[in-house]
Amino acid sequence: MSDSDSSFTLDGRIIAFAPGQTILAAATAAGVYIPHLCAHPDFPPHGSCKLCTVTVNGRDGSACTIQAAPGQEVRSDTPELHEIRRVLLQMLFVEGNHFCPGCEKSGRCKLQALAYEIEMLSPHFVQFFPHREIDASHPEFFLDFNRCIMCELCVRASRDVDGKNIFALAGRGRESHIIVNSPSGKLGDTDFAATDKAAEVCPVGAILRKEIGFATPIGARLYDHAPISRVDLAGQEK
Amino acid sequence: MNTSSAPRKIRIATATLGGCFGCHMSLLDIDERLLALVEIAELDRSPLTDIKHCGAKIDIGLIEGALCNAENVHVLREFRANCKFLVAVGACAINGGLPAQRNRFDVGDILSKVYGDAPDGRSRVPDDPELPLLLDKVYPIHDVVRVDYFIPGCPPSGDALWKFLTDLIGGRTPRLDYPQFHFD
Repeated sequence: MSDSDSSFTLDGRIIAFAPGQTILAAATAAGVYIPHLCAHPDFPPHGSCKLCTVTVNGRDGSACTIQAAPGQEVRSDTPELHEIRRVLLQMLFVEGNHFCPGCEKSGRCKLQALAYEIEMLSPHFVQFFPHREIDASHPEFFLDFNRCIMCELCVRASRDVDGKNIFALAGRGRESHIIVNSPSGKLGDTDFAATDKAAEVCPVGAILRKEIGFATPIGARLYDHAPISRVDLAGQEK
Repeated sequence: MNTSSAPRKIRIATATLGGCFGCHMSLLDIDERLLALVEIAELDRSPLTDIKHCGAKIDIGLIEGALCNAENVHVLREFRANCKFLVAVGACAINGGLPAQRNRFDVGDILSKVYGDAPDGRSRVPDDPELPLLLDKVYPIHDVVRVDYFIPGCPPSGDALWKFLTDLIGGRTPRLDYPQFHFD
């Protein structure tokens, strides 16, 4: 099998892939970062946030869902795609309440880190300032739906790994929101536990552990000194 | 010495709306670089000079704070009209910041909760005609006027402000280095 049978080009660079690998997975394995939010190496692709949008042979698509194929010409690091990603981030920021100075996740939040990476200087759009609830009923965790971006990582983790089905997405369109599977709708009435996969996958500050807020000082946080493109690759996402 | 050949000084003005003055503190935090700045720039209207209205056309107008009341909107519009480049400085100006955390509540409810629960039962909601009326919600400034540049941060550091100003005055596209780029 020649190289071209198992490789594609990403911004001109040759990327080898294994059969069945997505463009995002192959790029990450080769040490090339493609911005993404809802994709996680431990879960099947979701394709909802669209931040990993790349141009494959002239057509735009999600790098996390498109399977790598021999000879594909993929473009990712272009001003046009970064502009699309910036607008997507701006829409995510305005549809929730993302007040970074008051958020415990600040400094290790993937949404914020991507805004830094893609240099989102302002939200640009008119903010929704939606009314969303906070659920502090669980003794060890609280849910702040103001920050939820509906990536469904908690839904997938709780269903596929923990086998608990604690979270689900309800409503449609701009009414979409995460709900909790208990008679009261409160997290405290579920068997959600600190050891759950769902407790660690939230990329933003929507699922947070109590009693450890702001434990890491500014200047020592995950994305304080290096951008997510370097930090996450160094963390060896597969 | 022929003073007429000296280049015209850049005119900088600053203003504050509903905010905490933290961004102005960061401006002072550029420390001794302030001396380099005043070599080439002149500070016009600013809380630091206590000049209330722009004296001449301003080259760079830095404004912090969010729109919380009617006076904020008035100040912002006048400031915009006088500035060649208007720069939104800090989280409040850019996305409403801390003041906008009241947006989930009704402003009437907030006033009666804060002022209306006096022990004698009488409402003490301030109603002096000199007080500017609160807006229904807190708004970022780009909701009302055109903004040329944004410097995020709560507050942006002195280094970030310095990088921005030197870039802009030097004729480069202002761009923050990674450690200066933060929302908190």
